[in-house]
Amino acid sequence: MQNTTRQLCTFYLGRLFMGVEVTKVLEVIRSTELTPVPLAPDCVSGLINLRGQIVSALDLRRRLSLPDAKEGTDPVNIVLHREEGPVSMLVDDIGDVITLDDSRFESTPQTVLGNVRDVLEGVYKTDTELLLVIDPDRVVDVS
Amino acid sequence: MDEIIQEFLVESYESLDRMDADFVQLEREPDAKAILERVFRDIHTIKGTAGALGFGQLEKVAHAGENLLDSARDGELALDADVISALLAMVDAVRAMLVEIEEHSSDDSVDFGELIERLKAVGSAEGAPEPAAEPAPAAEPEPAPTPAPVAQPAPTPAPEQAAPPEKAAEPEKAAEPANALAAAGAKRSSQVADQTLRVSVDLLEKLMNLVGELVLARNQILQHSNEAEDRDFLATTQRLNLITSELQESVMKARMQPIRNIWNKFPRLVRDIAHACGKQVRVEMEGQDTELDKTLIEAINDPLIHLVRNAVDHGIEPPEVRLASDKPAEGTLLLRAYHQDGQVNIEIRDDGGGIDPDKLRRTAVAKNVISPEQAAALSHQELFKLIFAPGFSTAEKVSNVSGRGVGMDVVRTNIERIGGSIDIQSEVGVGTTIKVEIPLTLAIIPALIVTCGQGRYAIPQVSLLELVRLDADNLADRIETIYNAPVYRLRGNLLPLVFLHHELGLTQADEDVLAEASNKALNIVVLQAAGQQFGLVVDAIIDTEEIVVKPLGQQLNDIAAYAGATIMGDGRVALILDVPGIARNADVLGAQTSDRLVDAERREAAEASSTERALLVRTPDDGRMVMPLSQVSRLEEIPRRRVERTGSSAVVQYRGEILPLVYLSSVLPERRTTPRRADTLEPEVDEQTLQVVVYQRGRYSVGLVVDQILDIVETSLEIQLPSSRPGVLGSIVMDERVTEVLDVEAILEPHVSAA
Repeated sequence: MQNTTRQLCTFYLGRLFMGVEVTKVLEVIRSTELTPVPLAPDCVSGLINLRGQIVSALDLRRRLSLPDAKEGTDPVNIVLHREEGPVSMLVDDIGDVITLDDSRFESTPQTVLGNVRDVLEGVYKTDTELLLVIDPDRVVDVS
Repeated sequence: MDEIIQEFLVESYESLDRMDADFVQLEREPDAKAILERVFRDIHTIKGTAGALGFGQLEKVAHAGENLLDSARDGELALDADVISALLAMVDAVRAMLVEIEEHSSDDSVDFGELIERLKAVGSAEGAPEPAAEPAPAAEPEPAPTPAPVAQPAPTPAPEQAAPPEKAAEPEKAAEPANALAAAGAKRSSQVADQTLRVSVDLLEKLMNLVGELVLARNQILQHSNEAEDRDFLATTQRLNLITSELQESVMKARMQPIRNIWNKFPRLVRDIAHACGKQVRVEMEGQDTELDKTLIEAINDPLIHLVRNAVDHGIEPPEVRLASDKPAEGTLLLRAYHQDGQVNIEIRDDGGGIDPDKLRRTAVAKNVISPEQAAALSHQELFKLIFAPGFSTAEKVSNVSGRGVGMDVVRTNIERIGGSIDIQSEVGVGTTIKVEIPLTLAIIPALIVTCGQGRYAIPQVSLLELVRLDADNLADRIETIYNAPVYRLRGNLLPLVFLHHELGLTQADEDVLAEASNKALNIVVLQAAGQQFGLVVDAIIDTEEIVVKPLGQQLNDIAAYAGATIMGDGRVALILDVPGIARNADVLGAQTSDRLVDAERREAAEASSTERALLVRTPDDGRMVMPLSQVSRLEEIPRRRVERTGSSAVVQYRGEILPLVYLSSVLPERRTTPRRADTLEPEVDEQTLQVVVYQRGRYSVGLVVDQILDIVETSLEIQLPSSRPGVLGSIVMDERVTEVLDVEAILEPHVSAA
C-alpha cells in the first residue's frame, strides 16, 4: 500500500489543536480592521477588506460554540480560498505547516458531538497530540 | 469592417478553438454530456449568427454539424472516430470560411457541398457506407488538431501565400484551391483577433481592486505629505496623485459603457431575421445611454441577441396575420433599459401574438417536461417559466433562426450567472414582454453615507428623495405618533418614520434616539420604495460618494437589509443598505400598499377582459381619437349640400327626422400649434361628403361630424392619462400611439337637452 501525505496549516483555538489543508488556504493575516454587520448570524464577526475584496470573517470559536476569547486578544485571520470568494476564519493563533502521513488519519470518533463534529473531516494522531482537521466546506456553511 | 461581423469573427474564432479541444476530448469520453452541450451551443451560436449575417454557406455547414451533434445529444448517434473526424473537418471548414469572410466579406468561394454530404452521411443510419468520395479538400481531417497551436495566432511570414491579395483572388475565385483556404484557416492570419483583446472578468476585477488600493495608499501618502517639508518628496507626491487619479478614471471608464454599444447592432440583426422570416419589424429603443459595467455588457450580449431573435422569429406574426387581427402590418420591438431599485432593468417587448399558455401546457406534457397533472395545476406565470427549462421549445417547426430549445435555457443560465433574473409576461394577441434584471453588483453608483451606532452605511442615491434635519428646539412638536408609529408631517403629508437603529437590531430604542436627538437634531433621510415614501432616521449624514458595489458572502446573503458592501476611502468596509428590503422589514409598505397592489392586479385582470370595439377617428388637429362603438347607432356619409341651418345650428334631414349636427372640430378647441403639413392636409377627405357618427339619445338622434373615420379597433378604454381639455375623457396608448378618448356624453349633452 502506498502511503500518501497531506500538508496541513495548523492553528490553535483555545486548547484545541486544529488544521486545514494548505491548498485550501489563501493567506494568513495577523490583524485587520473588522466592520461589524448588524443582523448577521452570531458567528459572523464582520467584514474585512482583503485588497479590495470584501470578505466575511467567521469567528471559529462561536462557530464551534466555544466561549469567546478573552478581551484584548487579537485573533488571526486564516483566509480560505473558496470558489464563491474568499472567507476568513478567525482563530486564536497560527501554527506551523506540517506534513502528515495518511496512515495517521482517522475519522471523527462517534463520541465527539455538537458543532465540532459538524465541521470536522477527521483526526490526525501526531506523536504528541491530536490534530483536528477542519472541512472548509462545512465551516463556511453557517445556514 | 462592420462591427457586428468583426465581433462575430472574434467570438467564432474563440469558439472554434474551444471546439477543437472539446471534440478531441469527446472522442476520448463520448459520454461527457457537458462538453457535448457546450460544442452544441457553440455551433448553434455560430450557425445562428452566420445566418443572421447572411453567410449562407457557413450557415449550411454549421447546420449540418449541428444536426449531427443533435443526434448525438439525443443518443441516436455514437461519437466514434468517423463522426469526430467529420466534425473536426467541419470546424476546419468553418474556420476557413471565417478567414475568407475576414478578407473578402464573403464565404462562398469554395463549395463545401461534399463536406455537408459527408456530415449527413455519417449522421444517417448505422453502418452508413464510408464516404466514398474524398472529402472536400478543405476538410482534410486532422486526427487530433491540438488546440494550442491554433489558439496562438502564429505570425505568418508569408501572408501572400496564406492570404492571397483580394485582387488576385477575385477573378479566380472559384478555381482557388480549397487547400490554400484551409491553410489560411490553420495559420489564422486573423487581423481581427489582434486588434481587440479580450480581458477576463477576473482580471478586470483585480485591476479595479488594485487601483482602489492604490488610491488608498495615495491618500495616506498625501496626508503624510502635509507634514513633510522635502520639496522633492512633495513634487513626487503631486505626480503620484495625478497619475493615480487618471489611472482610476481610466479603469472606471474601461468598465462602464452605455448599453447602446450592444443595441446598435440590433436594428440590423432584426432587419435580417425579419427579412428571412418574411416579417416586418420596427425596432424602438429607450434608454440607450443607460450605463452598464463592461463585464455586465459582455455577459448580457448573447442572451439579448437570443431574446431579440426569438421575439422576431416566434413573437411577431407575419404581416398577413397581423392585418387579419387589426394590427399594423409592421410589428414593433421595443428595447428599454433603465435603472430601478439599484438594478439595471432591460425589457424586450414585442407586440406579437403572445404566448399561448395552453399550447405551452400541451408542449410541456408532450415533451415529458412535466406530467399532465402538474401541467393542469400550473398557473400561466408558472407555465411561462417552463420556457426556460432545458430542451424546451414551443416552435412547432425547427427553423434555421431559432427553435431548438437551447436558446432560453442558455439565456437564463447566462443571466443567472451574473446574479440577474429573467421574467416573461405575455398575453395572447397582445404581445410578450421579457424583463431582464441585473443587479448593480460591479456597478459604480452614487450613494449617501450615513452613520448609525458605530457603523457607516451607504444608501444608494436612486432611492433618495431628500434630507430633513429637525432642530432640537421644536423636535417634540414635529414628531407625532399614531399607535406608537412615529410620523413626521412633511409639507402636509404624513411621512412614516423608520429608525435605522431599530431596523439593524442595534440596542438603542427609538425613544432613546429621539431623546438623544432632542439634545442636538434629528436627521431624516426621505426614501422611496415601491412607490411609498418613508423617513429613515439615522445618527448623522456624512456625505455623498461614488461607491463600487461588492457582493456579500453567502453567510450574509439572507439579510434583507443589505444590498452589498463597499470599501470607503479609508480602506474600511461599509455596508450598503437595501432600501426596499428595509421598507419591507419595517412594514412601511404595509396594508396600504398591498391594497394598492391588489387593486392594480384587479384592474389589470379587468383590463385584460375589458377591451371593447371602438371607433377610431382623426381629430381636427391631426391627432387620433376613439369613441366606444357600443354607443354609436350608425355611421353615415351625408352630402354636404344636404346640410341646412336652423338658427345657429346645422341640421340634416335624416330618416324622416331632423338630425342636429355637432361638428367635432367646433366643440373641441383646436390645439394645433404647428401648421399642418401640406401633404397631410385633408388627404382623403371628400369635400362633398360629411362623415357623421349618429348617436341615439332617447327619442332624439344627434350626428357627430368628424374629419375622417380611420378604423374600428379592439382596445381597452382604461384611461392612462387624464384629460387636459374639455370634451375628452383622457388618453390611452393604442398601437404605440397616444390616442384620446372622446367624452361622448359631455359633447352631446347640450344638444340632447336642447332638443
